[in-house]
Order: sequence, then C-alpha cells, then structure tokens
Amino acid sequence: MAFSPDIAAIRFGEGLAPAIAPPDSVAALLGQLDGADAMAELLPVPRASDLLPEMAEIRKLNKAARKGRNGPDADDLREAYKVAQRAYTRKLDALLAPVLGRSILSQQPFRERLARFWGDHFTVVGKNNLTRRAEPTYVEESIRPHIAGRFEDMLKAVVTSPMMLDYLDQNGSVGPNAKAAKGRKGLNENLAREMLELHTLGVGGAYTQGDVHELAQLLTGMGTDLQQGFVFRAKAAEPGAETVLGLSYGGGPASVEHVLQFLSDVARHPDTARHIARKLAVHFLSDTPDAALVAAMADTFLVTDGDLRAVYAVMLEHPFAWQSFGQKVKQPIDFVASALRALEVPVRSLAQLNRSRARGYLVAPMMGMGQHWLRPGGPDGWPEEAEAWITPQGLAARIQWSMAVPSSFFRSLPDPRDFVEVALGSVADEKVSFAARAAETRREGVGLILASPAFQRR
Amino acid sequence: MALSRRMFLSRATALGCSLAASPLLTPVTLADAPGENRLVVIILRGAMDGLDVLRPVGDPLLASYRPGLVREAEARSLDGFFALHPGLGGLAPLWEAGDLAFAHAVSTPYRNKRSHFDGQDLLEAGTGMDVAKTREGWLNRLLQVMPGVGSETAFAIGRSEMKLMAGRAPVSSWSPDGRIDMSPQARLLLEEVYHDDPLFRDTSVEALEIAESLGLASDDSFGLSSQDLRRAVKAAGKAGDGAVLADFAARRLTETARIAAFSLGGWDTHRNQTRGLNRALGALQDAILTLKAGLGPRWQSTAVVAVTEFGRTARENGTRGTDHGTGGAMIMAGGAVRGGKVYGDWPGLAEAALYGRRDLMPTSDVRAYIAWFMRGMYGLDATTLEQIVFPGLQLGADPGLLA
Repeated sequence: MAFSPDIAAIRFGEGLAPAIAPPDSVAALLGQLDGADAMAELLPVPRASDLLPEMAEIRKLNKAARKGRNGPDADDLREAYKVAQRAYTRKLDALLAPVLGRSILSQQPFRERLARFWGDHFTVVGKNNLTRRAEPTYVEESIRPHIAGRFEDMLKAVVTSPMMLDYLDQNGSVGPNAKAAKGRKGLNENLAREMLELHTLGVGGAYTQGDVHELAQLLTGMGTDLQQGFVFRAKAAEPGAETVLGLSYGGGPASVEHVLQFLSDVARHPDTARHIARKLAVHFLSDTPDAALVAAMADTFLVTDGDLRAVYAVMLEHPFAWQSFGQKVKQPIDFVASALRALEVPVRSLAQLNRSRARGYLVAPMMGMGQHWLRPGGPDGWPEEAEAWITPQGLAARIQWSMAVPSSFFRSLPDPRDFVEVALGSVADEKVSFAARAAETRREGVGLILASPAFQRR
Repeated sequence: MALSRRMFLSRATALGCSLAASPLLTPVTLADAPGENRLVVIILRGAMDGLDVLRPVGDPLLASYRPGLVREAEARSLDGFFALHPGLGGLAPLWEAGDLAFAHAVSTPYRNKRSHFDGQDLLEAGTGMDVAKTREGWLNRLLQVMPGVGSETAFAIGRSEMKLMAGRAPVSSWSPDGRIDMSPQARLLLEEVYHDDPLFRDTSVEALEIAESLGLASDDSFGLSSQDLRRAVKAAGKAGDGAVLADFAARRLTETARIAAFSLGGWDTHRNQTRGLNRALGALQDAILTLKAGLGPRWQSTAVVAVTEFGRTARENGTRGTDHGTGGAMIMAGGAVRGGKVYGDWPGLAEAALYGRRDLMPTSDVRAYIAWFMRGMYGLDATTLEQIVFPGLQLGADPGLLA
C-alpha cells in the first residue's frame, strides 16, 4: 500500500476531523513541521520557566506560614499560602483543555503526536506540590521547540530542565571531592543511568557501570534554583576529568560546557541512533518494525547528526510506514484526543468543565484505560505494545467511554451513518459501517464506531 | 471449580465500590489450588535496599559505608549480627514466634545493567539471562504444571497487566469499576465489530461478560462515577496501599484462592532514603500484619514472600540515599515459614568481596527460595521447577524453609 491521506491523518496525526483536510502527500505531512507552531500560539501553555516567579512566591508564603504558625497572624498567613497554592493548582489543572484542544483543532497534528512521543521518551513526573501538574510546561519549553530540529538540542534542553533535574534526583548530587561536599554530600547516579539507558544509548547500548559512575560525576554541578531555573554550581562539580564512553571530559575549571560537550557526543552515538530510530518506528508503525526501515532511519540519524526531520522523512517515505497500517493501537490519550477531534468537541466546552467533570469525563476514564494523565509509573514512560492497552479492563473502559461520554458533551450526536465516514474515511470496514446503520440510538451508534478496532487501531 | 467467577463478581457487586473490593490501580493476582497451603508473593518495585532493611551491623564496614543511613535510625538486633530496620519494628513479634525469616545476599540472575525495568521483567519472568525474553511469568507457568488447577481460576484485578501472571494458563482480568451501559443490540453489534480482530475479539469476550455480571443498568450516564473513584482513591491513600491490597488478598485466601500476588512500590530510594524506606516498609509491614489478621488460623499454612528486582549500592550516595546495586534481601513471613533465621551465605562487605567492588555480592538465587516453597507446599518436583517454572535454575541444597 502506498500513501493514503486518511491513513496519514490516523497514523501520524490525531485522526480525521470533519472540517480539516488530511495531508495529501508525505511532503504535506512533513510540511506540518515547518513554519510557526500555530497551536502553541492559538492555545497557549506556559513554559516551565514562566512558573518560576509564582513558585518562588508560593514557597515564600509557605515558609512564612510555617514560621508564624504560633504567632498572632497564623490564620492569615496560612490562608494566604493556601489561596496562592490553590490558584496555582487550578491554573495547571486548566492545561488539560489547551493540551487536548490542540489535538482537536490542529492543522499540524503530526506536531502534537511528536510532542507526546518525545514528552514520553523524556518522561518526567512532578514530585512535589509545585511540579505535580507541571509536565505540560516542561514539554512546552524543553521538547516542543525541538521536535523537528536536532536530537542533540532537545537532549540538552531536557537535561538542563529543572523538572528533569528534580525528577531524577540530580539537584542534590554533589561531587564527592567538590568544595560543596565537605565530606558529607556526594553523588547520585539516577539521572546518569536513565540518561544512558532510556534517553540515549538504550538498555542494550554499549555502556558499563563505570560509564554511569563517571557520567554521574560529570553531571555534578547541574542544578535548579527556584528564582533562576537551571543553574550550574561549580562548587558542587567534581574536580578533574571524567571518562565516559571512552572519551574524556572536563579537567580544567568546572563548567556546564563539559556536560554539553558530552551530550553532543552521546547524541551522535551509533547506539543512540539505533535506539531512537527503533523507538520512533515502534511508536508510529509497529511493535515489531521492519529491520531495514529502522536501519535506514538510524543511518540518516547518524549522517545528519541527529536531524529529526530527516529521520521522520525516512520513516514516512518507506513503504513499511503504509503497509503496516493497523498494527498499532492508540494509547488512551490518543484515543480520547482523536475521538474529541472527530466529534468536533468545542475547546470551549473542555475549558468550561469543572474539576470534577474534567476528572469524570477525561482523567478518570483514561485511568480506567490504563493511563493516569501526567503520572506514568516510571522514567520509561508508557508501554507501547497493543496487548498492554487492550486488556479486558482497559477495553471495557474504552467501550464505556465511547458509549457514555460523547453524549455528555452534546445534546445531539451526529448521525452514526455520517459519523462513520467522518471518523474512519476509507479505513471503515463493512462491519463497522453495518453497526453504524443498525444501532438503535445515535449514542450507541457513535459509541460502536469509537469502540471499534477500526477506530482504535492505527 | 469451587468458586465461579459469577459468584465472585456478585460478591464484589454487593460490596459496590467499597474499598475492600476495589484495590485501585494495583493489580492483585489470585489463583485457586488444591490443599490448604497458601503462598503470597509481594513484588517490591524499585529495588529495596536489603542492606538497610536487614543490616549487617556486626560488620564494622557497614557504619563506614553508610555513616548517614546507619546513624539516622535505631535498628533492632535479630541474631547479634543482623539488625532489622525500625520501619519493620512491628514485625518483631513474628520473629520471636518463628514466623519471620530473611534471606540475604540474594538476587535474580540479572547482572551489571541495573535497570529497574529489565530487572523487574526478569524477576517476574523467572528466567535466567540466557533465556530469550519471554512474556510469560513464573506464576502462570506454575499454574500450567500444577495438578488440580482448573481454568478461569486466576484473577488479575486492577488495571495493568502483571507480568508474573502472563502466559498460556487462563487468567481473567477484572476491574471493579468497568461497568458498561448499553443495550443488548449494541452488545451484539459490538461483538460483530470485534469478530475479525483476534486481539479485540479475545479481550472483549471477557470485558463484556465481566462488565455485564456487574449489572448493565446504571442510572449515572457514566458508570465510572468520578465521585466513587475519588472516594476510593482517598480511602486507599488513607489506609495505605499495603493494607488495602492485603485485606483484599486475605479475604480471597480464606475462600478458595491459594495463591495471591501483588506489588508495592516506593523502594527506589536515591535520596532521603530514611524517609522513603520508612514509608515503603510501613506499607509492607501493614500488608504482612493485615494478611496475618485476615487469615486467622490459616496463617499457619501460609508463606508470604517479598522479593525485589535487585539490591542497592553498599555505600550510601551523596544524597542520603543509595543507587542501583545487585545483591539484596528477601523477606519471608507466615506460620508455614521456619522463621527466626537469616538464610543465605553471607559474603561480607570487604571491598574485594563486593560485586564490582560496589554492590553486595549475590550468593544465592532468589528464585531458588521461591522454588523451594513451591516444592514444599505444592509438591512440585525438582525437574519441573528447574526446567519449566524457573528455566535454568539450580535448586541447590534444601534450605529447609518450611516449619
């Protein structure tokens, strides 16, 4: 099978939408990555560093409240802290609407998919009150600007991001012989290990425990300051040079440049090329992708020094990308996003949902499907295999959502006979078309289409 | 089959969204088996620090490796050489009663890479490193070779698959809040839509059947009411995961289930280990004590085995925590266990004796201990255990785990 607009929209985008034409060529699909990020402008999400002043302010209020808890102003101080914290939490909760809204409205949906893919590749989970719901701001700042650029730049942005430094415990890591150690503080290997295992070389990559340890030393000094965001603390950096993957870094005065040099090198490592190529192919094409395709993507990654747009082009131009249609199952977030897009749920309706409704219609059902929004179980992110998602309880939750939630957004749902065309286009099969005609109610007809394998697969 | 799924489900329905029937977000795996012996496997995800939980305080090197960790908490001496982390202090009476034992310096065959994800996969697959990656888990293979285990007897409750249970032996998965609101006509059409897709067809039979057993009619337009969910999550948080899961498991083990498995997270203690470990140990202690209370006299025929994917570094790191290591410890509890004893060969902490001069040296295979329980409790022969349930395992000498 060769290029098909409907398959392009379903496999590499957010699915079909009544008012948005699917891309008519690989060039058009890739072209979605060129030019301005229209959705980032239309439905803004703050960047992580935009939150810093507010975070600092809340910390200050909290500190004041604790300090004054026995004083005459105790109640006022506590109230001031609680009010600020609540407003902040509400602000972050409200990001669900623009994040899903972009999937509904985007004319460049390949961007949205890539932003989610890379956000998952570089998983972070907020660990405290201030970061618990802040993942979208991390993606906005560190991932999104680089999805069509060079892998190296994204890697650097991610590794210097306060959320990553906090999530993988880098903030407290101090060189054992550094000034700041004073014989008490020392290394933490977490970021170094996951960077090699998950972010770059892959668990099968050519690294040893010695590399993890040396890299952990090289990373010392990387840290976060609540006022400034990323900071490099030379006093915390381990003195001397480190040898990682056979190359030596640093040696002179401690500097973030040494870390950045390592990131440049590891970003171009052949194992990184293979790992990233395979991960992309597994995410977009098949749980068992064509080996020649993966090799071709990895080769391009290497010769272009990790030019991601070029790597995507190899993937999209390869026949396997079109022959293997249907081998992937949409993850819950992708399923929900594509359903909202096909139904043309107004972004305004999403924004108006109160917390309990947003939870009832979106967050809790996705949990039922196996995906707790913003809370993946570990730094390896969400699973890819179809079998991990289409479990009895996961499928039950998808069916339940399909049958119940669309009618919560609309007084009147579309005619299923039309909706099957809108949602599935040329991908519709005879069985789902029949079901759309034979359903007793619009609600069930729409539900049957959304719950069908034709809509779940991509 | 003594307990039909329908019976089980109607019982669950009667409990509604009550906490006991609703161990949200964490699967509990259950299996029926003949006889009175009960085996509970608790997977501790994130790599428990065996050297902190079961401290070799008799070795002066411990204090020098871990000045911050050892100083911070008072440990209870067990046998003069090993001391128990205070976070498990509530289990001391079990030790006195001979219902608590440990094995130290154990690990799976996993070496060198120290990845949680691979380590956990291997722990649940129960294979050696030389065996090709399998999606099958050892508990499932146990069911395949155990006589008298009927079909449809295992339930994985909750939302995510537990690899321990993956494999050819039939397993039903069920989530307590997956109610489906639709007409018989829609159900027929859905079956038809799923008919030609093997993955969806096989899965939907169970999804629909189970959901229907729970009752189709729901006056709420959305069966999974967010209020119920919130209430249950809140209650679960309050009671602690360990107690909730154990309470549920104990209830089933007093009926026809004989094997239960669930997991507890929170063991990845890269920083502020004292705090993190206290919390995680609290959940484990709650789980064990809840099982004991819930099982009553059946505790006498029960073995609880808590295992983790690998240990942590011998030395504390720079952030009052520890990084990924190799050798660790396992915890065994129950009346069926010959307790009051630390099993395993202690390799010592001298730098040259450490694995890679860094981690506790594993001197025995964690799978061997589980296998000896299976042999003693379910009569499985050595060949089956070494070749089918745990391919590549060498059982070694009988450690004499059973009371």
